[in-house]
Amino acid sequence: MAGAKEIRTKIASIKNTQKITSAMEMVAAAKMRKAQDRKEATRPYAEKMRNVIGHLSHAHPEYKHSFMVEREVKRVGYIVISSDRGLCGGLNNNLFRQLAREIKTQQESGIEVEFCTIGKKALGFFRRFGGRVLAETTQLGDAPRIEDLIGVVKVMLDAYENGEIDRIYIAYNNFVNTMTQKPTVEQLVPISGESDEELKHHWDYIYEPDSKEVLDGLLTRYIESLAYQGVVENGACEQSARMVAMKSASDNAGELIDELQLIYNKARQAAITQEISEIVSGAAAV
Amino acid sequence: MAMTIHVDIVSAEGAIHSGLAEMVYAPAVMGELGIAPRHTPLVTQLKPGEVRVDEGNGKEMQYFFVSGGILEIQPHVITILADTAIRAHDLDEAAALEAKRRAEDALAGQQADFEHAKAQAELAEAAAQLRAIERLRKK
Repeated sequence: MAGAKEIRTKIASIKNTQKITSAMEMVAAAKMRKAQDRKEATRPYAEKMRNVIGHLSHAHPEYKHSFMVEREVKRVGYIVISSDRGLCGGLNNNLFRQLAREIKTQQESGIEVEFCTIGKKALGFFRRFGGRVLAETTQLGDAPRIEDLIGVVKVMLDAYENGEIDRIYIAYNNFVNTMTQKPTVEQLVPISGESDEELKHHWDYIYEPDSKEVLDGLLTRYIESLAYQGVVENGACEQSARMVAMKSASDNAGELIDELQLIYNKARQAAITQEISEIVSGAAAV
Repeated sequence: MAMTIHVDIVSAEGAIHSGLAEMVYAPAVMGELGIAPRHTPLVTQLKPGEVRVDEGNGKEMQYFFVSGGILEIQPHVITILADTAIRAHDLDEAAALEAKRRAEDALAGQQADFEHAKAQAELAEAAAQLRAIERLRKK
């Protein structure tokens, strides 16, 4: 009964792997729901903020904040959002691949690029890929907080205000549905022309302390909230990608087990047949 | 019926409160504001403290703690964009430096302290939180 024992241990080890992957699948499914809820929860803030900014820029058309002014592009910054952990299919790699393509076209037209990374995988990528990483943050966990992003965003915004970079992009995975995550690279700063909704009723505000300071605080927060949305969105993508990846891993393990079981049964049967024929021929010889 | 104004309190991480109020009190940077319906349009920054919403009709006053943010008053709606994080200029600076340092460490392979600014802001927030809790307890 050659190899039967080996096959048995192989089946046992695959079964263990399958247990782990199916547990991960279920955990990811549960986390995905929460991540989606979190994504929904970030909407009102950004919407309200857009309203306020819309009102402000309407009331003050003469004052243009530097975050709203386009200028000649010599150097751009990317905020790259990735997951901290792997085992989520091609999620991060798809994003990096698209990013690498964009960077290449930027570099071909003589534009320098700099990066800020959120998440371990992005950091690891730029360590291999090369590139100036200005700032990074990792270990955001399942419930990312905006505090964790302030630093990274500020580094970029400061660089922008000092004229070290002329444009900031944000790269993250956009959650389309459970099966589809779309790698997305968007322009963050300068804030691209907001569609002017009809603001017929417009009024002037009283500003405390003054309009510039308020608008400053507002725009910084707005950009942070966009970055936060990117992180939350990416979080939902990570969980759904992991769920799908783990599901197919569990399925593959199942198939493998079935195949091995068949081989094992055949080997077992062959061994029994052989034994019987040995006994029969032994008895006939007596 | 008494006049009311709509109040929305939202933070980046989710909506906190939405409803009508007869009076809203908020900790603005230049002193506490009491906002009644038909207040003139105003935009101001908030400092850490509590926002009180008086819904009238003998209902209990509602308290919300904010770590700062932006308050906007339009003729029919008050919007409070609350921060969930403690914000201060030097603190933001510290966070930025920290993020930079981490990147440098991660790419090269040490530790500075920004403890002072952080501790100060944390103290301010803790004090504000304590005040809010005390007020709640007194009720």
